[in-house]
Amino acid sequence: MTSPIDIEGGGASVVVDGAPGPETKSEPVKLAGRSPGQLMWLRFKRDRTGVICAVVVIGYFVVALLAPLLVKLSGTDPYTLYGQDPTYADKPVLDEFGLPLGYLGGVSGDHWFGVEPQYGRDLYAMLLYGMRTSLYMALGITVLIMVTGILIGLIGGYFGGRTDYWIGRGTDFFLSFPQQLFFIAFMPVVTSFFVNPREETPTYFRALAMLIVLWLLGWMGMARLVRSTVLSLREREFVEAAKVSGASPWRIVRKEILPNVVTPILVQFTYQLPSTILSIAFLSFAGVGFVEPTPDWGRLFAAGARYAEQDPAFMFFPGVALVIFVLCFNLLGDSVRDAFDPKSGR
Amino acid sequence: MLQFIIRRTVGAFVTLFLIGAATFFLFVAAPSDYASLACGKDCSPQRLADIREALGLNLPLAQQFWDFMSGIVTGRDFPTGHCSAPCLGVSFYSGDMVWSTIMDRFPLTLTLTAGGAIVFLVIGIGAGMIAAYRRGTLVDKVATGASMVLSSFQIYFLGPIVLTVLVYSTGWMEDPRYVPLTEDPVGWFVGMSIPVCVMATIFTAQYTRMARSSMIEQLAEDHVRTARAKGMSRRYVFLRYAWRGSLIPIVTVLGIDVSSMLGGAVVTELTFSLQGIGRLAVDGAVNKDLPLTMGVMLFGAFFILVINILTDITYAWIDPRIRLS
Repeated sequence: MTSPIDIEGGGASVVVDGAPGPETKSEPVKLAGRSPGQLMWLRFKRDRTGVICAVVVIGYFVVALLAPLLVKLSGTDPYTLYGQDPTYADKPVLDEFGLPLGYLGGVSGDHWFGVEPQYGRDLYAMLLYGMRTSLYMALGITVLIMVTGILIGLIGGYFGGRTDYWIGRGTDFFLSFPQQLFFIAFMPVVTSFFVNPREETPTYFRALAMLIVLWLLGWMGMARLVRSTVLSLREREFVEAAKVSGASPWRIVRKEILPNVVTPILVQFTYQLPSTILSIAFLSFAGVGFVEPTPDWGRLFAAGARYAEQDPAFMFFPGVALVIFVLCFNLLGDSVRDAFDPKSGR
Repeated sequence: MLQFIIRRTVGAFVTLFLIGAATFFLFVAAPSDYASLACGKDCSPQRLADIREALGLNLPLAQQFWDFMSGIVTGRDFPTGHCSAPCLGVSFYSGDMVWSTIMDRFPLTLTLTAGGAIVFLVIGIGAGMIAAYRRGTLVDKVATGASMVLSSFQIYFLGPIVLTVLVYSTGWMEDPRYVPLTEDPVGWFVGMSIPVCVMATIFTAQYTRMARSSMIEQLAEDHVRTARAKGMSRRYVFLRYAWRGSLIPIVTVLGIDVSSMLGGAVVTELTFSLQGIGRLAVDGAVNKDLPLTMGVMLFGAFFILVINILTDITYAWIDPRIRLS
């Protein structure tokens, strides 16, 4: 955790470390204090699992970002029905039962991860586009959850008393909702705020509805965490000192408290993001999130469960990709936590 | 102790009431137009007006809310017939009483959650304890590694794999199905074993890790060290001193996890095509069957609150300090 001295000179200390001045020899430079951020970075770099996982996770985001380009390389797209479209009749991908020809769900030079049974859509294209949908939506929702949680937690923790009591009760109330059931149930209600229930819902309204639902029922963990951290900081001497010297509440929150809650927030972020991704996948899997033909990670699993008996290989690539992703994210979260707080240990 | 239970129960009812209010106003007062959804696909203005009248949608909102809430306690009369005591309304889609539909489906979900909880608590805590007892050995490393990997598997991925291996390609087991326990206990057990185990897997992995770290923490406590120092055997200290203390964080998390267990049951039901509460919620949402969705949600909230009270009582029983606060 950041010590008060570091916060006061936050910007300055980095400059001192980074530019030791021409006249100082190497000896004093080595002794120069490192900012907590640098210490954390050093500890993190030593953790090989953490670094590998960070690379993998970043890799996923890059792949998702470049999805259109990478899919173009394979010469496919996620919407064409290669099994039904007469343009592709000379290159059959499905047999007469609608199952992929060839091994492992029809893996071939044209269709790198095979094709979907029945329709013959390209799985590689669907997976990459699906990852793009899921990852970037999850990123947006997680940031929103974080900001809301931090704000509410800060207000509750800093002002305390009656404000804190009512915010706490509100948080408890939101926590007592059966989350996943409510995700499902609120989707049509939230959608109905934007579109007439009689009409077809456009995809971006579905995305917006998902965002609202996940956001509304997702901020509580963050708020509680920030509140408890702030509560313990509020009584610390450096905050008292700032108060005595006449700093405004806003200044105290911004300069004294926020820098100290960055650590738990970052750790929580690395746990929140994969869980948001899984929630989006859950909604689409249940059939209330994205629907045909929007490519989405969760929808691939719904299709996979449908085809499990005839074509179990369909599930292979999306599933393995998801397992590796979640595993790496969890390991990364542990590494980040260890790097910030070496005491916690494993 | 009694006072503690009463306080928690009253709190739970207040929460339930608030959840009911929130759902009611979101569903009925939202611009989703309750009546036109109830009316169905081809809806004449006359029929729409009739439905508005029948559902009491022309009454003031507060009156509607009161009717809904009192209906849950005392029952309610619709033009279509009487809806007895815990009245949650009538499904738009099937025309059945929501409460009886839920009661039909609930045993399956209860089997999944309760069965899953037993499986993951026994295996998870057991494995975690053994890993902590043999910390640093191969056993510990295997348990930690396996739980790390398994906790990254999702039910909707693991389920089809298990089905492919055990059912479709080898035929060792039959497709999962639900037979009521009272009719055929063996069939119930065999039919539900795959879904219950698949659902429990992720939780098992999480609880293994948690039990392990909680146990290791307990073993570092002063009273454990003292017990060891006065010459008690390691095993005795482990089973008598550390075990009980290490349960406290687990029970806490268990209480929080009830909601995600219900979520897990939803995914499991969808993965294995079982007809439980979760499937009901999804059907309600997809068909825009508002009374059904509302009923399922209230029931889910009620279920979670009941379990939470039970957890709190267990918690107070394990740790006397809680009772006094």
